[in-house]
Amino acid sequence: MSGKRLTPEELDRLGAELDALRQRVVDDLGQADRDYLLTVVRTQRALEVAGRGLLFLGFFPPAWLAGVAALSASKILDNMEIGHNVMHGQYDWMRDPALNSRTFEWDTVAPAANWKHSHNYVHHTFTNVLGKDRDIGYGILRIDPEQRWHPYYLGNPVYAFLLMVFFQWGVMLHDLEVERLVSGEKRWAETAGVRRLMWRKGLRQAVKDYVLFPALSGPLFVSTLAGNATANLARNVWAFAIIFCGHFPSGVASFTEEETAGESRGRWYHRQLLGSANITGSALFHVLTGNLSHQIEHHLFPDLPARRYPMIAPQVRDICARYGLPYNTGGLARQLGSVVGKLVRYALPDRWWGGTSGPTRGTVGSGRGPRAA
Amino acid sequence: MLATPHGIDRYLELIHPMLAIREQRGIVTGVHRTTPDTITLRIRPSRAWRGFTAGQHVRVSVTVDGVRRTRCYSPASSQHARGFELTVKASGLVSSWLRENARPGLVLDLSPAEGDFTLPATRPDKLLLISGGSGITPVMSMLRTLTDEGHTGEVVFLHYATDEAHVPCLDTLRATGHRLVLAHTAAGSGHFTEAHLRAAAPWFAEATTYLCGPPGLMAGVTAVFDQLGIADRLRTEDFRPSTPADPGAVGRITFSRSGRTCDNTGRSLLEQAESAGLRPEHGCRMGICLSCTRRKTAGTVRDLRSGELNDEDDTEVQLCVSVPVGTVSIDL
Ligand SMILES: Cc1cc2nc3c(=O)[nH]c(=O)nc-3n(C[C@H](O)[C@H](O)[C@H](O)COP(=O)(O)OP(=O)(O)OC[C@H]3O[C@@H](n4cnc5c(N)ncnc54)[C@H](O)[C@@H]3O)c2cc1C
Ligand code: FES
Repeated sequence: MSGKRLTPEELDRLGAELDALRQRVVDDLGQADRDYLLTVVRTQRALEVAGRGLLFLGFFPPAWLAGVAALSASKILDNMEIGHNVMHGQYDWMRDPALNSRTFEWDTVAPAANWKHSHNYVHHTFTNVLGKDRDIGYGILRIDPEQRWHPYYLGNPVYAFLLMVFFQWGVMLHDLEVERLVSGEKRWAETAGVRRLMWRKGLRQAVKDYVLFPALSGPLFVSTLAGNATANLARNVWAFAIIFCGHFPSGVASFTEEETAGESRGRWYHRQLLGSANITGSALFHVLTGNLSHQIEHHLFPDLPARRYPMIAPQVRDICARYGLPYNTGGLARQLGSVVGKLVRYALPDRWWGGTSGPTRGTVGSGRGPRAA
Repeated sequence: MLATPHGIDRYLELIHPMLAIREQRGIVTGVHRTTPDTITLRIRPSRAWRGFTAGQHVRVSVTVDGVRRTRCYSPASSQHARGFELTVKASGLVSSWLRENARPGLVLDLSPAEGDFTLPATRPDKLLLISGGSGITPVMSMLRTLTDEGHTGEVVFLHYATDEAHVPCLDTLRATGHRLVLAHTAAGSGHFTEAHLRAAAPWFAEATTYLCGPPGLMAGVTAVFDQLGIADRLRTEDFRPSTPADPGAVGRITFSRSGRTCDNTGRSLLEQAESAGLRPEHGCRMGICLSCTRRKTAGTVRDLRSGELNDEDDTEVQLCVSVPVGTVSIDL
């Protein structure tokens, strides 16, 4: 699955081709990209106001349902197509202070500043490098055979389920780096900065969704509270599903630190290509995933506006084909099924499955063979 | 709190941009094109606007092909009038865009008025206002402000333009009743000389002089005042950045927040900041994580990935992929 091994020269050419593709898009950025984002923002704000408004009529069940649906959609758009992408700096070229990676905050409990560090820097720079990319299993799951088995991982599917339900809190707590606290690599005192931001943001979000708006709806306190909680849950489940399909389906490669030491631009692209997976779907589906359904394009070009990913996908596919590299894509059900399969499989020690479990190593063109798992 | 985390303005502005509470905006209510290459905009500011003092300027932002561009413009109207007026001369990206596209209903983002090219609180008895081209705006504002105040001292307005057709708002100037001397560079009078000064305002040595115009005029007037030893009577306003971008690894880098400076070695701003003993926040060092983004307050940088030059003040740059071209100031 990891495709043909490439020589350093081929990797350089691959890098140059992808750089040129990026530049073509950059040169073409303009009003259409801004208009698109503003349309999404307007839709999201309208859904939010409509959703919160409808919950004031929550005594009427269809209004409650419509309110929850609108608010869920608002949170999904806010977090995925707007928040994630704006905070990646995809729209910084517009120089709009309200849609800038430095200033944007999203409608979730995870503070933007913490998330940008762990996501933009750690995850996007060290994508799927074991021991460096903390998004491999998020420090609590075993999703890669290279993570050593431990009885703790028997609970793998349960932890994943809990992470799905409380995803926004999971994303928030991710920045505490609990696994490094446990291992003693990091001291509790060092988390003071991220903790302060978490308290502030978490409290504001919780008060807004679980106290203020319910209180404003008076006798409908419980109904509004339940509505807001359901919307948060819907967003949590959706975001979890999409994000887990980005890097964890089978066929996605992981790498070791020594494999990636001093890697060239071309090799970095190569790793991003092998370490990500796409999801196929309709245009609306892509928008609701924040175009993370084009995780491959996103990992190659994290700072290009996401609406461009579907447009350049054919060119990326073509490049993959010419260099004999896999382009991992499939429907949501298939990708998700494969993630669930891995979560269950790696809950148990490898010998249960008869030793080597067919991991995909990101064999880079250094002449070294795939490492036995 | 109800509008957390986006803030109330992000919702209000979707109904109408002028409803924003915190942000200063202005809506264009009238547009005149009184000369072949300028446009005069009448602007009604939003509630947050705190007014301006004659001679100050405002940073105006508009969106041109999806990118927000910010330029300084000096209101040309009286500080006592409601709202204000801008006169913009089409010369480049933003000014030409305004000349083509500004129409009633256009909303501009505004900064608070700034600058100390202003009249003293006790208005001088004798005032000489010299301008050329689009530099007319701040001194025209002074003249109109003085007129509104019923100022009785002597004021001479000496303006340089190609010909009469190129003087914006000429009728308004004439209506102020102050002495107006128009020098037409295309016709007889030519460019500024000391003789012009003596003819227009023989008392200029005891007056306070305000000067704004193209580099040639600025240099000419400043030289005369220097020669006569009365440079302290001259106040100037420059519309153009004073340091032209010099190529390559020359000039100095100023890290304004920490007060450090160093010679430009031509390496990335991140590396140079580190050699200067600073520890700027960073992550990937390859332009993808944006941890190193900082505000460039002045100067030109080149993007290492695209080779593109960025010479606009007050824009954000990624230190790790930006190389200074000449002298640069970074808010770090
Ligand atoms: C305090 C202040 C007040 C101002 N008030 C007014 C005003 O009231 N009315 C008004 O019309 N303008 C005013 N300006 C000028 C204005 O801010 C813009 O610079 C002008 O409108 C040109 O902007 P642009 O985007 O159209 O041109 P740009 O696209 O930015 O550039 C215009 C052209 O000029 C060249 N250029 C830019 N800078 C220089 C330079 N330093 N030397 C030589 N060439 C240069 C560029 O290369 C380009 O060819 C003021 C400037 C300042 C600093
Ligand atoms: S250090 Fe990551 S963008 Fe500069």
